[in-house]
Amino acid sequence: MAVLAFAASAFAAEIPRADRRSGSDFMSRETRAMQDDDTANPAMLWVLEGGTLWTRKAGAAGRACADCHGDARATMKGVAARHPSFDTAQRRPINLEQRISFCRTDRQGAPPLAYESRELLALAAYVARQSRGLPIEIAIDQRTQPFLDAGRTTYHRRQGQLNLACSQCHDANWGRQLAGNVIPQAHPTGYPLYRLEWQGLGSLQRRLRNCLVGIRAEPYEYGAPELVQLELYLMWRARGMLFEAPAVRP
Amino acid sequence: MERRASRREFLRAAGGVAAGLGLGSIVAVRPAHATPAEMQEAIRKVVGSVPVSPGKVKLDLPPLIENGNAVPLTVDVASPMTGADHVRAIHVFTQKNPQPNVVSFHLGPRAGRARVATRVRLADSQTVVAICELSDGSFWSDSADIVVTLAACLEDGI
Amino acid sequence: MASALINVPERAKRGEVIEIKTLIAHTMETGFRRTQLGALIPRDIIRRFACTYNGTEVFRAELHPAISANPFIVFSTIAVESGTLEFHWTGDNGFSATQSTAILVE
Repeated sequence: MAVLAFAASAFAAEIPRADRRSGSDFMSRETRAMQDDDTANPAMLWVLEGGTLWTRKAGAAGRACADCHGDARATMKGVAARHPSFDTAQRRPINLEQRISFCRTDRQGAPPLAYESRELLALAAYVARQSRGLPIEIAIDQRTQPFLDAGRTTYHRRQGQLNLACSQCHDANWGRQLAGNVIPQAHPTGYPLYRLEWQGLGSLQRRLRNCLVGIRAEPYEYGAPELVQLELYLMWRARGMLFEAPAVRP
Repeated sequence: MERRASRREFLRAAGGVAAGLGLGSIVAVRPAHATPAEMQEAIRKVVGSVPVSPGKVKLDLPPLIENGNAVPLTVDVASPMTGADHVRAIHVFTQKNPQPNVVSFHLGPRAGRARVATRVRLADSQTVVAICELSDGSFWSDSADIVVTLAACLEDGI
Repeated sequence: MASALINVPERAKRGEVIEIKTLIAHTMETGFRRTQLGALIPRDIIRRFACTYNGTEVFRAELHPAISANPFIVFSTIAVESGTLEFHWTGDNGFSATQSTAILVE
């Protein structure tokens, strides 16, 4: 019994739903104000560009996103808040950026958009904006369960030269200070977002790579299954929380 | 190693008070910092030999910011903004950035209100100075201290 | 043309002081940063921003590297008459961007 109890505690308990708070709750009033004002939020520049790209024809098929998806404000509502989601063709969950990129190659016959490219981020920001205010909902069934479990294992595994697991900061020590800033709970409620550190907009994968560099671990490549699994777990862990993309974070 | 010690030093000393320890920015190679004397020189280039008096201007800066890349800054001058009595210009300077000049705003009676806002980069915890030039040729100033902190997990892994 | 977001009321009363918010996409490379190999990244910033109201300049700003990336500038002007507000940014490496918006003053 004692051994079982120890194994269970190795997986720190999830933050109780009542205690779940978005990263914006840990920011200063000024940074929060930047996020809450669409006329001041630098991420809106990417949303603006994404809106233009949405209607631009591209690729051999000469199609724009709008040609299939119409008005994004209606058709993309909730989409970003439900990603990563299982893709039957790929037989694995894919994130929003990958979904957009596959649409580019498969449906538009256009060259793929590079990870973290301005165009991909602009489209992702535009699509994500349409989920603002909606609850995060990640569908877990027998297809996605193994990937969720893999993501959860990564989240709880000690890594890097600092030998730290994500859970040690973000489950066990959220709210405390680290290097002058407060440790947030690591809920990806606002991606893609404008990080003041980057002086630009970036994806969740870019942030996760920063975390890995922070604990002195080798960061996984963009699009690596480990990163998507982690994204899946983090979004599932944040289920029910309201999406606030495109956010601003320090 | 030296950098880690600097951070601990910074955290011990910072504690809510403008530190002014000159610990440098987050980039791998730190550029030289301007000195208070260089800031005074930059101010002198703008005001000439006219004395600068504290007052009339209000510089708004958060006392603490989590990242020095985008610090919201507002300057407000109590002025009727009439043809006879208005703000001609507002200038902002820093003590510890590589360069002392930040921005110069040129207003006039068409502005209606002498209030401007922007976002600035501050390389370190320091003092920021705002100087306004009135239509009568006088100069007025205000200053504010800010503590600049940093997140733990950065891209460059410094 | 770089993405720009202008926030101006579409209509105002004559004599009313209106607040204008401007945001433009630009990295504002300071000229103080170095690459991982130590090479200096040259300065590339917006140097000047101006607003004209039916052709008359009503506001101007000179920017230095200390202005954050994606420059955000807020200022005000008196709604004197209906017409066009034009916003113009210029900077290093021949950077130039213009945006205009109509205003109805009653």
